[in-house]
Amino acid sequence: MEIIALHGTVFIGLAVVFGLYMCWGIGANDVANAMGTSVGSGAITVRQAVIIAAIFEFAGAFLAGGHVTKTIRKGIIDPSLIVDEPQLLVFGMLAALLAAAIWLMIASRKGWPVSTTHTIVGAVVGFGLVGIGPEAVNWPKIAQIAASWVISPAVGGLIAFLLMISIHRLILEKDKPFEAGKRWGPMYIFLVGFIITLVTSFKGLKHLNLDLTIGMSVLLSIVVGILTAAVGWYLMSKVEIDPVADKEFHFASLERVFAPAMIFTACAMAFAHGSNDVANGIGPMAAVVSIVKNSGDIAQNSELPLWILIVGGVGIIVGLATLGYQVMKTIGKDITALTPTRGFCATLAAASTVVVASRTGLPVSTTHIAVGAVIGVGLARGLGAIDLRVVGTIIVSWLVTLPVGATLAAFFFFTLKGMFSG
Amino acid sequence: MATITSLFGEHAPFGELQAHMRVVNECAGHTPALMRALVDADHETLKEKAKLIFDLEEQADSLKHSCRLHLPRRLFMPVDRRDLLDVLQFQDIIADRAEDIAGIFLQREMPTPEPMREPLVALTKKCVEVVEMTTQVIELFDELLEVGFRGKVVDQVEALVSEINTAEGEADRLERELSRILFSLEGELDLMSVVLWYRILEWIGDLADYAEKVGNSFRLIIAR
Repeated sequence: MEIIALHGTVFIGLAVVFGLYMCWGIGANDVANAMGTSVGSGAITVRQAVIIAAIFEFAGAFLAGGHVTKTIRKGIIDPSLIVDEPQLLVFGMLAALLAAAIWLMIASRKGWPVSTTHTIVGAVVGFGLVGIGPEAVNWPKIAQIAASWVISPAVGGLIAFLLMISIHRLILEKDKPFEAGKRWGPMYIFLVGFIITLVTSFKGLKHLNLDLTIGMSVLLSIVVGILTAAVGWYLMSKVEIDPVADKEFHFASLERVFAPAMIFTACAMAFAHGSNDVANGIGPMAAVVSIVKNSGDIAQNSELPLWILIVGGVGIIVGLATLGYQVMKTIGKDITALTPTRGFCATLAAASTVVVASRTGLPVSTTHIAVGAVIGVGLARGLGAIDLRVVGTIIVSWLVTLPVGATLAAFFFFTLKGMFSG
Repeated sequence: MATITSLFGEHAPFGELQAHMRVVNECAGHTPALMRALVDADHETLKEKAKLIFDLEEQADSLKHSCRLHLPRRLFMPVDRRDLLDVLQFQDIIADRAEDIAGIFLQREMPTPEPMREPLVALTKKCVEVVEMTTQVIELFDELLEVGFRGKVVDQVEALVSEINTAEGEADRLERELSRILFSLEGELDLMSVVLWYRILEWIGDLADYAEKVGNSFRLIIAR
């Protein structure tokens, strides 16, 4: 206890610094992957993507980021075993943050498709194992999280598959796909606003003192859906048939109809990413702050302070503005295989899956779900070619990330413990 | 982390298949002019056209290789990889035949008997027409991909392939007609020329034959 009383301010300072470092890394790398599909399909420019990401990442973190944060800070490690030594949890969470941030930086340099989520979960488990003991780790929860890493890309893929098939049936196979696209397009945009709002508002806004009933949530979602659809309808109605481009490619004009739809899915994706991945950075940070504020009382069930969510959001935006911009530029140029209709299906599917996972408090990998969704579009015979090797590298990166994150976290844990306890 | 980017591989395999067919079409497209030059005994034009055909065949060859290289087994595609390779193979044979035809006229002085002249030009034109129609079908690959190989574009391809089959039938008829003329001239020509002419007729016919095969394989891809 004395250690916390003595160094409390230092711990909070370190937590904020490490947390910002982690969020900066998430903003620099992860966001580019989440927004890459929208930029790659040519619907939005890189500059627009950065602005959208800044606003909606923050909104996602602020409005829906609490549940995953709770899982990271309380769901993985059972603190009841170390009630007498709360400083261990402080060291552990700081170590996990530092380990994850450093591993992410190395992996990004090398171009490995590691996930921020896997890194932080591996790191927290790693410190729990060696710092406290195997019995401190909440294994059923870990099993649940690990299962979600397999299931969520599959679900994203399935949704993308069904969306792509519906676009085939309702629009592309019609005699006049352009007119059909204008008719159905706003419906699809409605879905974007509706799904995201519904999942977020349904009993999910308690931290803002907004406890909506089911009926109110549905009503709010319909209103938001109609509003987005109206804006989409307006943007789509301005698109006109381009006979020259159509001669070259029959669906050129139709794709232009769907370009505005990609703006909405880009927003949804940024929101979804913010709601899930920001927790990787602020979860451990919140844990440290809560222990210090309660003078070492771990058991105390305190709410997540809003300023921590804000710090996380700011970190992501700074990462995006400093490095993410460059990454997005590179990615955006390379993805030409995704036309707006395909990109729309993949992004909406991924965003919906991530938001649902965020609501249930499961830390999932946005990147892997996006990959799953793109493969879903391919399964609907909607893509020319997909390199399945990527799936293999993703699995390898899991197998490597978890032990590496765990080992690094254990190392930093003992370093911190030695520094402050000695 | 360019995970999503790497999902799409480096190249679009269908784009390369289409590019290959375009070059093949251009290559075969010079054969009627080559034949006209031969019939008119215009050696300058003959040489010029043969050179064009050689260059384009070479270009088609390197496109074929790069297309094959970019069709690794790990690639997940909406169509069967082997069917795609078949189409590519047939496309390439068309360019090869154009090269064979141009080659023989350069290497050997081939006097053209008067009664064969106009039918020869007509046959070549017909065969090249079939190749052009096939190119149109291959150009529809983007559209097919966009609709997931279903719906209206499929009907369009079906109709085009039927037309190709009809046109190839006409080319066959012209080829038989020419063979008949050649047969009637056998006594007047030296033996070697007769043998070579038969082969040349076959090669010209191959242009349409393989174009038809491309069309039919393509139809198979869609049918699955």
